[in-house]
Amino acid sequence: MAEAALEAHGGGGAHPETSTGLPHPKLAMWLFLASDCLLFGALITTYVLYRGRSVTGPYPADVFDIPYTSVSSFVLLASSLTMALGVNAISRGDEGRMRVWLLTTAMLGTVFIGGQVYEFTTFFTEHGLSLQRNLFGSTFYVLTGFHGAHVTIGILMLLSLVAISLARRFPTPDHHQPVELVGLYWHFVDIVWIVIFTVVYLIPTPNPPGA
Amino acid sequence: MAERIHGDVARAGEAPAPRRRRGAHPTPGDYVRIAVILGLVTAAEVAVYYLEAVRPILVPLLFLFSFLKFTLVVLWFMHLRFDSRTYARFFVMGLAGAVTLYVVVLLSFGVFGR
Repeated sequence: MAEAALEAHGGGGAHPETSTGLPHPKLAMWLFLASDCLLFGALITTYVLYRGRSVTGPYPADVFDIPYTSVSSFVLLASSLTMALGVNAISRGDEGRMRVWLLTTAMLGTVFIGGQVYEFTTFFTEHGLSLQRNLFGSTFYVLTGFHGAHVTIGILMLLSLVAISLARRFPTPDHHQPVELVGLYWHFVDIVWIVIFTVVYLIPTPNPPGA
Repeated sequence: MAERIHGDVARAGEAPAPRRRRGAHPTPGDYVRIAVILGLVTAAEVAVYYLEAVRPILVPLLFLFSFLKFTLVVLWFMHLRFDSRTYARFFVMGLAGAVTLYVVVLLSFGVFGR
Protein backbone atom coordinates (compact mmCIF):
# COMPACT_ATOMS: atom_id res chain seq x y z
CA MET A 1 0.00 0.00 0.00
CA ALA A 2 2.67 2.46 1.04
CA GLU A 3 4.68 1.46 -1.99
CA ALA A 4 1.68 2.08 -4.23
CA ALA A 5 1.22 5.53 -2.69
CA LEU A 6 4.87 6.30 -3.22
CA GLU A 7 4.61 5.15 -6.83
CA ALA A 8 1.56 7.36 -7.33
CA HIS A 9 3.56 10.36 -6.12
CA GLY A 10 6.52 9.51 -8.24
CA GLY A 11 8.64 8.15 -5.43
CA GLY A 12 9.68 5.14 -7.43
CA GLY A 13 10.47 6.86 -10.71
CA ALA A 14 12.23 9.83 -12.17
CA HIS A 15 8.96 11.77 -12.49
CA PRO A 16 5.37 11.37 -11.37
CA GLU A 17 3.26 9.13 -13.58
CA THR A 18 1.42 11.34 -16.06
CA SER A 19 -1.54 10.92 -18.39
CA THR A 20 0.74 11.33 -21.40
CA GLY A 21 3.51 9.03 -20.20
CA LEU A 22 5.85 11.99 -20.58
CA PRO A 23 7.23 14.36 -17.94
CA HIS A 24 4.99 17.41 -17.80
CA PRO A 25 7.77 19.92 -17.02
CA LYS A 26 9.32 19.02 -20.36
CA LEU A 27 5.98 19.30 -22.16
CA ALA A 28 5.48 22.68 -20.48
CA MET A 29 8.92 23.81 -21.63
CA TRP A 30 8.12 22.87 -25.24
CA LEU A 31 4.81 24.71 -24.94
CA PHE A 32 6.63 27.77 -23.57
CA LEU A 33 9.11 27.63 -26.46
CA ALA A 34 6.21 27.38 -28.91
CA SER A 35 4.68 30.51 -27.36
CA ASP A 36 8.07 32.25 -27.49
CA CYS A 37 8.04 31.61 -31.27
CA LEU A 38 5.05 33.96 -31.38
CA LEU A 39 6.88 36.62 -29.34
CA PHE A 40 10.00 36.60 -31.51
CA GLY A 41 7.86 36.20 -34.63
CA ALA A 42 6.13 39.47 -33.74
CA LEU A 43 9.43 41.27 -33.17
CA ILE A 44 11.05 39.94 -36.37
CA THR A 45 7.91 40.76 -38.38
CA THR A 46 7.92 44.31 -37.03
CA TYR A 47 11.57 44.70 -38.03
CA VAL A 48 10.85 43.38 -41.55
CA LEU A 49 7.74 45.56 -41.84
CA TYR A 50 9.78 48.73 -41.19
CA ARG A 51 12.89 47.70 -43.17
CA GLY A 52 14.12 50.51 -45.39
CA ARG A 53 11.42 52.89 -44.11
CA SER A 54 13.58 55.09 -41.90
CA VAL A 55 13.50 58.67 -43.16
CA THR A 56 16.70 59.64 -41.33
CA GLY A 57 19.98 57.79 -40.80
CA PRO A 58 21.90 55.96 -39.68
CA TYR A 59 20.82 53.02 -41.83
CA PRO A 60 21.74 49.35 -41.36
CA ALA A 61 24.50 49.49 -43.97
CA ASP A 62 26.12 52.39 -42.08
CA VAL A 63 26.41 50.59 -38.75
CA PHE A 64 26.59 46.82 -39.24
CA ASP A 65 29.96 45.11 -38.94
CA ILE A 66 29.29 41.67 -40.45
CA PRO A 67 32.66 40.03 -39.57
CA TYR A 68 32.22 41.10 -35.93
CA THR A 69 28.64 39.79 -35.72
CA SER A 70 29.72 36.57 -37.48
CA VAL A 71 32.18 35.89 -34.67
CA SER A 72 29.37 36.47 -32.14
CA SER A 73 27.24 33.96 -34.07
CA PHE A 74 30.04 31.38 -33.95
CA VAL A 75 30.34 31.93 -30.19
CA LEU A 76 26.61 31.32 -29.66
CA LEU A 77 26.69 28.22 -31.88
CA ALA A 78 29.65 26.91 -29.88
CA SER A 79 27.66 27.46 -26.69
CA SER A 80 24.92 25.20 -28.06
CA LEU A 81 27.53 22.47 -28.52
CA THR A 82 28.81 22.82 -24.95
CA MET A 83 25.22 22.82 -23.66
CA ALA A 84 24.47 19.58 -25.53
CA LEU A 85 27.66 18.07 -24.08
CA GLY A 86 26.53 19.16 -20.59
CA VAL A 87 23.15 17.44 -21.00
CA ASN A 88 24.95 14.37 -22.37
CA ALA A 89 27.30 14.31 -19.36
CA ILE A 90 24.48 14.40 -16.78
CA SER A 91 22.51 11.76 -18.71
CA ARG A 92 25.53 9.51 -18.09
CA GLY A 93 25.55 10.55 -14.43
CA ASP A 94 28.79 12.55 -14.74
CA GLU A 95 27.88 15.60 -12.68
CA GLY A 96 31.43 16.97 -12.50
CA ARG A 97 31.78 17.10 -16.27
CA MET A 98 28.27 18.56 -16.54
CA ARG A 99 29.34 21.48 -14.33
CA VAL A 100 32.37 22.13 -16.54
CA TRP A 101 30.25 22.20 -19.71
CA LEU A 102 27.53 24.36 -18.12
CA LEU A 103 30.13 26.87 -16.92
CA THR A 104 31.69 26.90 -20.40
CA THR A 105 28.24 27.52 -21.90
CA ALA A 106 27.61 30.37 -19.44
CA MET A 107 31.02 31.85 -20.30
CA LEU A 108 30.34 31.71 -24.06
CA GLY A 109 26.91 33.27 -23.45
CA THR A 110 28.60 36.05 -21.47
CA VAL A 111 31.04 36.65 -24.34
CA PHE A 112 28.05 36.92 -26.71
CA ILE A 113 26.28 39.40 -24.41
CA GLY A 114 29.51 41.38 -24.00
CA GLY A 115 29.73 41.57 -27.79
CA GLN A 116 26.17 42.80 -27.98
CA VAL A 117 26.79 45.47 -25.35
CA TYR A 118 29.89 46.62 -27.28
CA GLU A 119 27.89 46.65 -30.53
CA PHE A 120 25.05 48.69 -29.01
CA THR A 121 27.56 51.11 -27.45
CA THR A 122 29.36 51.59 -30.77
CA PHE A 123 26.10 52.15 -32.64
CA PHE A 124 25.05 54.76 -30.10
CA THR A 125 28.29 56.64 -29.54
CA GLU A 126 29.79 56.51 -33.05
CA HIS A 127 26.65 56.58 -35.20
CA GLY A 128 24.09 58.19 -32.90
CA LEU A 129 21.67 55.28 -33.34
CA SER A 130 19.29 55.38 -30.38
CA LEU A 131 15.96 53.71 -29.70
CA GLN A 132 14.14 56.91 -30.70
CA ARG A 133 16.36 57.97 -33.61
CA ASN A 134 14.48 56.20 -36.43
CA LEU A 135 12.40 53.12 -37.25
CA PHE A 136 15.54 51.05 -37.77
CA GLY A 137 16.87 51.95 -34.30
CA SER A 138 13.53 51.19 -32.59
CA THR A 139 12.93 47.83 -34.24
CA PHE A 140 16.58 46.73 -34.14
CA TYR A 141 17.16 47.49 -30.46
CA VAL A 142 13.85 45.98 -29.34
CA LEU A 143 14.40 42.74 -31.29
CA THR A 144 18.06 42.18 -30.42
CA GLY A 145 17.51 43.53 -26.89
CA PHE A 146 14.78 40.96 -26.22
CA HIS A 147 17.08 38.26 -27.53
CA GLY A 148 19.91 39.51 -25.33
CA ALA A 149 17.56 39.46 -22.33
CA HIS A 150 16.73 35.83 -23.10
CA VAL A 151 20.43 34.95 -23.28
CA THR A 152 21.05 36.73 -19.97
CA ILE A 153 18.22 34.78 -18.30
CA GLY A 154 19.73 31.60 -19.77
CA ILE A 155 23.14 32.44 -18.26
CA LEU A 156 21.51 32.97 -14.84
CA MET A 157 19.73 29.61 -15.16
CA LEU A 158 23.01 27.87 -16.09
CA LEU A 159 24.84 29.39 -13.13
CA SER A 160 21.92 28.44 -10.85
CA LEU A 161 22.17 24.83 -12.08
CA VAL A 162 25.88 24.77 -11.30
CA ALA A 163 25.21 26.22 -7.81
CA ILE A 164 22.41 23.70 -7.20
CA SER A 165 24.67 20.88 -8.33
CA LEU A 166 27.49 22.02 -6.04
CA ALA A 167 25.07 22.27 -3.12
CA ARG A 168 23.62 18.86 -4.06
CA ARG A 169 20.09 20.28 -4.01
CA PHE A 170 18.61 19.08 -7.27
CA PRO A 171 14.81 19.20 -6.89
CA THR A 172 14.24 15.78 -8.49
CA PRO A 173 15.94 12.43 -7.93
CA ASP A 174 16.72 12.48 -11.66
CA HIS A 175 19.24 15.31 -12.04
CA HIS A 176 19.01 15.04 -15.79
CA GLN A 177 15.62 16.72 -16.19
CA PRO A 178 16.30 20.29 -14.94
CA VAL A 179 19.52 20.38 -16.97
CA GLU A 180 17.69 19.18 -20.05
CA LEU A 181 14.98 21.83 -19.62
CA VAL A 182 17.54 24.63 -19.37
CA GLY A 183 19.29 23.06 -22.38
CA LEU A 184 16.09 23.27 -24.45
CA TYR A 185 15.74 26.94 -23.53
CA TRP A 186 19.37 27.63 -24.43
CA HIS A 187 19.13 25.93 -27.83
CA PHE A 188 15.93 27.86 -28.52
CA VAL A 189 17.79 31.13 -27.89
CA ASP A 190 20.39 29.88 -30.38
CA ILE A 191 17.83 29.12 -33.12
CA VAL A 192 16.24 32.55 -32.64
CA TRP A 193 19.68 34.08 -33.22
CA ILE A 194 20.10 31.97 -36.38
CA VAL A 195 16.99 33.68 -37.78
CA ILE A 196 17.95 37.17 -36.50
CA PHE A 197 21.45 36.90 -37.98
CA THR A 198 20.00 36.11 -41.40
CA VAL A 199 17.02 38.48 -41.44
CA VAL A 200 18.56 41.48 -39.69
CA TYR A 201 22.27 41.35 -40.54
CA LEU A 202 22.80 39.39 -43.75
CA ILE A 203 19.81 40.29 -45.93
CA PRO A 204 20.78 43.68 -47.35
CA THR A 205 18.45 46.57 -46.55
CA PRO A 206 18.18 49.17 -49.31
CA ASN A 207 18.72 52.74 -48.16
CA PRO A 208 15.77 55.04 -48.94
CA PRO A 209 16.12 57.23 -52.07
CA GLY A 210 18.32 60.25 -51.47
CA ALA A 211 19.98 58.74 -48.39
CA MET B 1 11.50 -2.80 -16.26
CA ALA B 2 12.04 0.85 -16.90
CA GLU B 3 13.12 2.19 -20.25
CA ARG B 4 14.95 5.50 -20.17
CA ILE B 5 15.02 7.82 -23.13
CA HIS B 6 16.40 11.28 -22.39
CA GLY B 7 15.25 11.16 -18.80
CA ASP B 8 11.68 10.03 -19.62
CA VAL B 9 10.82 6.82 -17.83
CA ALA B 10 7.98 4.42 -18.61
CA ARG B 11 7.29 1.00 -17.12
CA ALA B 12 5.89 -2.09 -18.81
CA GLY B 13 2.10 -2.07 -18.81
CA GLU B 14 1.89 1.68 -18.20
CA ALA B 15 1.56 4.63 -20.53
CA PRO B 16 3.45 4.10 -23.81
CA ALA B 17 7.08 5.07 -23.77
CA PRO B 18 8.35 7.58 -26.29
CA ARG B 19 9.79 5.74 -29.25
CA ARG B 20 13.47 5.83 -29.95
CA ARG B 21 13.74 6.75 -33.59
CA ARG B 22 16.52 6.28 -36.11
CA GLY B 23 19.24 4.68 -34.11
CA ALA B 24 20.93 5.29 -30.83
CA HIS B 25 21.24 8.26 -28.49
CA PRO B 26 23.68 10.84 -29.92
CA THR B 27 27.23 10.62 -28.65
CA PRO B 28 29.51 13.59 -27.87
CA GLY B 29 31.17 12.86 -31.23
CA ASP B 30 27.81 13.28 -32.99
CA TYR B 31 27.33 16.66 -31.29
CA VAL B 32 30.78 17.81 -32.36
CA ARG B 33 30.08 16.73 -35.96
CA ILE B 34 26.78 18.66 -35.96
CA ALA B 35 28.55 21.71 -34.52
CA VAL B 36 31.21 21.53 -37.26
CA ILE B 37 28.45 21.40 -39.91
CA LEU B 38 26.73 24.38 -38.27
CA GLY B 39 30.02 26.28 -38.28
CA LEU B 40 30.63 25.49 -41.95
CA VAL B 41 27.10 26.57 -42.93
CA THR B 42 27.55 29.83 -41.00
CA ALA B 43 30.86 30.41 -42.79
CA ALA B 44 29.09 29.76 -46.11
CA GLU B 45 26.36 32.24 -45.14
CA VAL B 46 28.90 34.97 -44.48
CA ALA B 47 30.85 34.08 -47.64
CA VAL B 48 27.82 34.36 -49.94
CA TYR B 49 27.00 37.72 -48.37
CA TYR B 50 30.23 39.08 -49.91
CA LEU B 51 29.94 37.29 -53.28
CA GLU B 52 28.62 39.58 -56.00
CA ALA B 53 27.94 36.60 -58.29
CA VAL B 54 25.18 35.22 -56.06
CA ARG B 55 23.42 38.58 -55.41
CA PRO B 56 20.32 37.65 -57.48
CA ILE B 57 19.73 34.53 -55.37
CA LEU B 58 21.19 35.83 -52.11
CA VAL B 59 17.95 36.00 -50.10
CA PRO B 60 16.67 32.47 -50.94
CA LEU B 61 20.18 31.12 -50.40
CA LEU B 62 20.43 32.76 -46.96
CA PHE B 63 16.99 31.43 -46.00
CA LEU B 64 18.06 27.96 -47.10
CA PHE B 65 21.20 28.10 -44.94
CA SER B 66 19.20 29.49 -42.03
CA PHE B 67 16.57 26.73 -42.36
CA LEU B 68 19.30 24.09 -42.46
CA LYS B 69 20.93 25.40 -39.27
CA PHE B 70 17.57 25.78 -37.51
CA THR B 71 16.60 22.19 -38.39
CA LEU B 72 19.94 20.72 -37.30
CA VAL B 73 19.78 22.42 -33.89
CA VAL B 74 16.15 21.42 -33.30
CA LEU B 75 16.59 17.81 -34.40
CA TRP B 76 19.97 17.07 -32.80
CA PHE B 77 20.77 19.50 -30.00
CA MET B 78 17.11 19.74 -28.87
CA HIS B 79 16.71 15.97 -29.43
CA LEU B 80 13.42 16.18 -31.36
CA ARG B 81 14.77 13.52 -33.71
CA PHE B 82 15.00 11.06 -30.81
CA ASP B 83 12.29 12.21 -28.38
CA SER B 84 8.56 11.60 -28.32
CA ARG B 85 6.63 13.05 -31.26
CA THR B 86 4.38 14.84 -28.75
CA TYR B 87 7.13 17.39 -28.06
CA ALA B 88 7.56 17.93 -31.79
CA ARG B 89 3.81 18.47 -32.17
CA PHE B 90 3.79 21.09 -29.41
CA PHE B 91 6.70 22.98 -30.93
CA VAL B 92 5.61 22.71 -34.55
CA MET B 93 2.13 23.89 -33.56
CA GLY B 94 3.57 27.14 -32.14
CA LEU B 95 6.11 27.57 -34.90
CA ALA B 96 3.64 26.95 -37.73
CA GLY B 97 1.09 29.23 -36.07
CA ALA B 98 3.65 32.01 -35.74
CA VAL B 99 4.95 31.63 -39.31
CA THR B 100 1.41 31.55 -40.78
CA LEU B 101 0.25 34.54 -38.75
CA TYR B 102 3.23 36.73 -39.57
CA VAL B 103 3.39 35.77 -43.26
CA VAL B 104 -0.26 36.86 -43.50
CA VAL B 105 0.65 40.14 -41.74
CA LEU B 106 3.57 40.76 -44.11
CA LEU B 107 1.42 39.90 -47.14
CA SER B 108 -1.29 42.27 -45.89
CA PHE B 109 1.23 45.11 -45.78
CA GLY B 110 2.64 44.19 -49.20
CA VAL B 111 6.15 43.67 -47.85
CA PHE B 112 7.05 40.96 -50.39
CA GLY B 113 6.17 43.21 -53.29
CA ARG B 114 8.40 46.10 -52.20
